[in-house]
Amino acid sequence: MPPSPPSTEQRSQVEGLIPQRLNVQDDHRQSPGHDSKAHAVKLALSQVDFFYGDRQALFKINIEIVKNQVTSFIGPSGCGKSTLLRCLNRLNDLVEGSRLEGTMLLDGTDIYGPDVDITDLRKRVGMVFQKSNPFPKSIYENVAYGPRLHGIKNRGQLDQIVEEGLKGAGLWEEVKDRLQASAFGLSGGQQQRLCIARALAVKPDVLLMDEPCSALDPVATAKIEELLFSLKQDLTVVIVTHNMQQAARVSDWTAFMYLGEIVEFGLTKQIFTTPSKKQTDDYITGRFG
Amino acid sequence: MRTSFKKFLASGNLFIWGCAAGVSVSLLMVFGLLLLIMINGLAYFWISDIVELTLKDKQHVTGQLAGREIIPRSVTPDRPEGKGRLRIKIGNRDIYGLDFKWVNDDQIVSEMYPADIVLLERREWGNMYARIKAVYRGEAVQAEGNEAGWIALVSLISTANDLHRQITRIEKNEIGSINADIEQARLKIRTFEIGNSSVPDMRGRGQIDDLKAQVVAAESRYQEKTIELEALRTQFDEYSILMVDANGREKQIPVGQIIRALRPNEMGLFHKSWIYLTNVWSVLSTEPREANTEGGIFPAIFGTVMMVIIMSLIVVPFGVLAALYLREYARQGAMVRLVRIAVNNLAGVPSIVFGVFGLGFFIYAIGGTLDTLFFPERLPAPTFGTGGILWASLTLALLTVPVVIVSTEEGLAAVPREFREGSLALGATKLETMLKVVIPSALPGILTGLILAMARAAGEVAPLMLTGVVKLAPSLPVDGSWPFFHFDRKFMHLGFHIYDVGFQSPNVEAAKPMVYITTLVLITVVVLLNFTAIVLRNHLRKKYAGSVL
Repeated sequence: MPPSPPSTEQRSQVEGLIPQRLNVQDDHRQSPGHDSKAHAVKLALSQVDFFYGDRQALFKINIEIVKNQVTSFIGPSGCGKSTLLRCLNRLNDLVEGSRLEGTMLLDGTDIYGPDVDITDLRKRVGMVFQKSNPFPKSIYENVAYGPRLHGIKNRGQLDQIVEEGLKGAGLWEEVKDRLQASAFGLSGGQQQRLCIARALAVKPDVLLMDEPCSALDPVATAKIEELLFSLKQDLTVVIVTHNMQQAARVSDWTAFMYLGEIVEFGLTKQIFTTPSKKQTDDYITGRFG
Repeated sequence: MRTSFKKFLASGNLFIWGCAAGVSVSLLMVFGLLLLIMINGLAYFWISDIVELTLKDKQHVTGQLAGREIIPRSVTPDRPEGKGRLRIKIGNRDIYGLDFKWVNDDQIVSEMYPADIVLLERREWGNMYARIKAVYRGEAVQAEGNEAGWIALVSLISTANDLHRQITRIEKNEIGSINADIEQARLKIRTFEIGNSSVPDMRGRGQIDDLKAQVVAAESRYQEKTIELEALRTQFDEYSILMVDANGREKQIPVGQIIRALRPNEMGLFHKSWIYLTNVWSVLSTEPREANTEGGIFPAIFGTVMMVIIMSLIVVPFGVLAALYLREYARQGAMVRLVRIAVNNLAGVPSIVFGVFGLGFFIYAIGGTLDTLFFPERLPAPTFGTGGILWASLTLALLTVPVVIVSTEEGLAAVPREFREGSLALGATKLETMLKVVIPSALPGILTGLILAMARAAGEVAPLMLTGVVKLAPSLPVDGSWPFFHFDRKFMHLGFHIYDVGFQSPNVEAAKPMVYITTLVLITVVVLLNFTAIVLRNHLRKKYAGSVL
């Protein structure tokens, strides 16, 4: 059964603006192109449809995310960026009546396969949320939360993991003297970096970031953006952002999404300088969205 | 004019005034009630001067002034309308039969406060106000006259009180434990008899003989103790005192009957304050006397607190689990909504209905079954098949569980989604997320539920009357004999004490201050219990507060 189209009213509105008819389904696989030959693919999505109950939120998503690079998703609110991100660690499973079709491969194995251990998957695919969400515990306990869950009890080992995590998130120098203080005593930017440290402490392969800087001031944002450059040495980063400058600054690859579809995907430089789709151009130049 | 009134209405000032008036009236009522209870309750501890009135008919009335009022509309000529009258606590119940007496103002010829009047607090028959005529040792006069007698009496009373403590200790602890031993052995024999109703084998018979020997040994120890007690009692009754009241009536009292002898009229303010404090302490720490109208209320305080604590230990896990299931695990739908409505309505069921349920289900069904399964040797005397503190606590737990469920659910709902997602995204299972993040964050809500439940439970009386409260419990539910906690025992309760003392007592006037005091203590106990929980909750709130940006 073919998926029901996204709210037709909205679509026609857009079509009015943009004469050229979108036909994303046709170019079957939006691979990164020739430059990617040297890169290994970390996540491969093909023909992914996602439904909240009867409402379809994602349409035929085909994309390959490259290892040890930063891929960003941009697009107007409600275009499905966050939904797509939350499919990657199966956090959408929590939503009652949600359903996914198509395949999502992480290192060649299907994330939605029948014998996938969700706990294991989420350990490999970490996530940082839009609102920083440290637990009501001490800084130390926040970072140690994940490792403890996965059975590490040795105090020395935990100390080391906490230190590594906080260093990885660039927070160590600021908090090393008050590890036992409440996490809520930190500033907004520090809290968000603590959440990154917490995610890093379980040693994920992939880090998903859902608009991690939307609630932060420019200074804190700059710190997190710097952090992304060092993070991609060890892991693959997928970031959703509203801020196009940010996408341009931090990411190697950019995907532009609109109404649950990927309109265009390619190297960031190419998307921001010579987009092939008029819609992308319009969005980037601020003509709509 | 019209427009300005309209403007005034629209400004909302009237509405604010209305709100303020509502709050003021509520506060006034609450504080007025508290003030009334405090004034009446706290005044009881103050020892007032003893007045000696001489009446027109040459009679004397001696006692403490208890009240003064304008005589209400009446028809009898001996109570003329519009004049004042005094209410005097005359004590000497064994002489006059009544504790209180009304004296009309116009009957009084003179009013004096003689320094030498003695107030005797007695173990039986209430207070006595009189002068000492003589102190006897057996038949021989030890001291004669009020002054010499007073000096002799003061030292005698402290020895008498020591003896009384000794006697109580022997009666309660030593003879009590011997009785417990005898009872144990008797029950073991019963068990054997029930187990081998046919001819007992040799071993069984040997054991029965052993037990019977134990009983005999214990009984002989009992005899020894009784003799010891007798000796103490003779010593106790050795001294006696002859009192004479203002009307010349005499009464001989054994010194052992006297708890305290005071001369309030010659006391200074400091001394009276000291007496005030000792009175407060003795009410809080001693057992009741004289059908609960005198003495202390310690067993009732103890019973109330213990019952509330047992109830809390039952209701919190029970309510929290139910709320967790409803909020976190159950599929939200018509069924869950129905359950929620049912739970909320459960809170509105009259408490006596819970009492009846507790009697029928806990006591008769569960308690009765426990008795036949585990205590067959004691039947037909019930162990758990009758009211007790455990069943009362369970009944109240049932009564208060809706409150805990509702506030726990609210607490759970208030935990931000971000906490759950953050934990799940780190690879935690739902259970781990629940235990490590959600429940700790919901603890303040859970404690709010506990606070409401405790306040409700401590004040409930009706269900307790069916499930194990008594007007006078022979022993506390916790004591030195194994297994220390006796959940099957009946207990005393402050709320029931108010009802019993105030409305079931033969001596209503004497009981009135006790009612105020018991009420005051009950309120204090509830406030203290709640205060503890509130401090704990604020501590947790601080720990888990702040949450997300």
